[in-house]
Amino acid sequence: MYTLLTGPLFYLALGVCIIGMIVRFYRYFTGLSWQLDRVAYKAWPAMGFKGAVRSIYKWLIPYGTYSWRSQPVMTAAFFGFHIGAVCVPLFLIAHNVFLKEKLGLSWFTMSTPVADALTWTAVVSLFFLILRRLVLPEVRILTDKKDWGILLITMAPFITGLLARYQVGDYSFWITAHVLTGEIVLLAIPFTKLSHVFLFFASRAQLGMDFGIKRGGLRGTKMAW
Amino acid sequence: MPEGTLCNKKPVETAEGITTLLADQSGKKYYEEMKKLEVDSDLLWKTIQNTCKSRIRTWLEICAHCGMCADSCFLYLVNDKDPKQVPAYKIQSTLGEIIKRKGKVDNAFMLHTMEVAWAQCTCCNRCGTYCPHGIDTGIMFGYLRGLCYQQGFVPWEMKIGAGMHRVYNAQMDITSEDYVDTFQWMVEESEEEYPGLEVPVDVEGADIMYTVNAREAKHYPEDLAEAAILFHIAGESWTIPSKGWELTSLAMFAGDWAACKMQVQSVYDAMERLKPKRMVGTECGHAHRATVVEGPYWAGRPDGRPPVESIHYIEWLAEALRTGKLKIDPAKRIKEPCTLQDSCNYVRNHGLREVAREIISYIVEPGYFIEMTPNKEHNFCCGGGGGFNGIGLFRKQRNVGLKCKRDQILATGAKLVIAPCHNCWDAIRDLEEEFEIGIRWSFLKPLIIKMLIVPEHLKPVDEDEDMDEDE
Repeated sequence: MYTLLTGPLFYLALGVCIIGMIVRFYRYFTGLSWQLDRVAYKAWPAMGFKGAVRSIYKWLIPYGTYSWRSQPVMTAAFFGFHIGAVCVPLFLIAHNVFLKEKLGLSWFTMSTPVADALTWTAVVSLFFLILRRLVLPEVRILTDKKDWGILLITMAPFITGLLARYQVGDYSFWITAHVLTGEIVLLAIPFTKLSHVFLFFASRAQLGMDFGIKRGGLRGTKMAW
Repeated sequence: MPEGTLCNKKPVETAEGITTLLADQSGKKYYEEMKKLEVDSDLLWKTIQNTCKSRIRTWLEICAHCGMCADSCFLYLVNDKDPKQVPAYKIQSTLGEIIKRKGKVDNAFMLHTMEVAWAQCTCCNRCGTYCPHGIDTGIMFGYLRGLCYQQGFVPWEMKIGAGMHRVYNAQMDITSEDYVDTFQWMVEESEEEYPGLEVPVDVEGADIMYTVNAREAKHYPEDLAEAAILFHIAGESWTIPSKGWELTSLAMFAGDWAACKMQVQSVYDAMERLKPKRMVGTECGHAHRATVVEGPYWAGRPDGRPPVESIHYIEWLAEALRTGKLKIDPAKRIKEPCTLQDSCNYVRNHGLREVAREIISYIVEPGYFIEMTPNKEHNFCCGGGGGFNGIGLFRKQRNVGLKCKRDQILATGAKLVIAPCHNCWDAIRDLEEEFEIGIRWSFLKPLIIKMLIVPEHLKPVDEDEDMDEDE
């Protein structure tokens, strides 16, 4: 089972994720229309580029926008989860050893205490986000079954990873479950809301271009839309 | 397919059509007929397939349902944080649902959608700047209004407004002759006070082509005279076009894209005909948005810009004050607590956030200007934007919507609200009428005229001197 998961299934999941997202990116940008969106993308490439970069950059900075600042607790939980969710899968030593073996790739890694801290922060933040979804009426009304599904899929690799890391019970069971749940995430990315891990950049870039070329970003004002 | 005689899927394209619709008081029969109007699901779905592309589809798909847009919406806030007023919910439960059902929705659904599209969103685009994914619900509501309009589910006043643009190239039934006559008559009225005052009509190659909001000609003609006076004193070379003088677009509020194109094209034609250096539009927010920001796209201009540089009235005013073309008498500056209403349509949606403040620095005695909170690009809608002010059917909802601006104004302690936007001006007038908080409100033109230093050579001389001699 473990061999299957770390072998062919791993390549399959990674391939589906990468190819799927390339296709989605391609379809997103070719689906933009200057006339339907009412944004002259091609006529003002420099302004568009500047707007896009600014829009993405500002929103990647914790408390970098008015919106992030206006909801400080949500922002803490949001970044607490997302920093862990991006950094731990990519920069954990064990993941790098695995990638080196499978793909011949490796890069910067972080120390175990840092990885532990990020993982725990992510898990705690995720529980806060779940609590928020249950408690706040304005979030509850938006929540559907798919949202719970996504949360479950997202949470599983963290929980199984932690159980494996602290060797609670049967290590080989948890590590197998960890690889499986990780691959489920990869497979789900192109086909679900998880596509936002890539499409976030596309959507933000679009609004950045919109404001940069046409709306509030004109006339030399540096709005953080 | 039951189509009403008044309420149907056809746009109004004749003066008689408009008269007939207007004769139906408050749209009583119109809305009765709407209850039986059938949805053309095939047309709806086909239109969506042709026009709903990656941007909106991705927005609907990746919305994380995080609810961060909730607090950004003034209608959510003033309706006791009703979860049904969360922007993401409003759009997902209407446009999102129509797409999910591939256009197969019924009359009741469309009636509900119409209410959400016109009474629960003013297309102020504030939520768009609060969403981590950059999802602009206001844009989607604009799109949804287009779908509703095509199906005939559009508020009575909006249907009439769009029809007016189709028939008169103006939001009201004012012909070119009416317009020029009114302008000339108003200028004549002020000639005694400002000798040499005139309104140059259809002059080619002027520095400025001035365009207005039709209601100035119909209901507030003094605004026309004030514009003429200010251009006159500033020594500008200016003109008005006899055709293509209307800056506004109720068609934009209605979602009648074909009428939007016809309307804005009439203004661009005037620009091509008269070849002015610049166009200056009156103190109106949505009109600027329609003609300067969105218009080029309706007219199919790939550079997204009007044929000549087009600026808002506050940009011209700030420039005239900066360069000394207009001079303010410091003794006459405003000396009472005052605040400024930032219009969504040219501040958040066109970046003009510092311009009005520059004007304030010239006309308000230091210490008397108080900013609203929030302000600039984060300011809340006046409460009546996007056509909300004008729809009788949703007047109750609109009046609730005004509470946000009322509280913002009350918090400043201002007695005077400067509102360089027709829509905001109306909303603030209505909120004073509704809640009686003891404020006044004003456009910039009349305020500036009161404190202007008129150069000697432009003053009426003879009579004063005669009187002096008589004494």
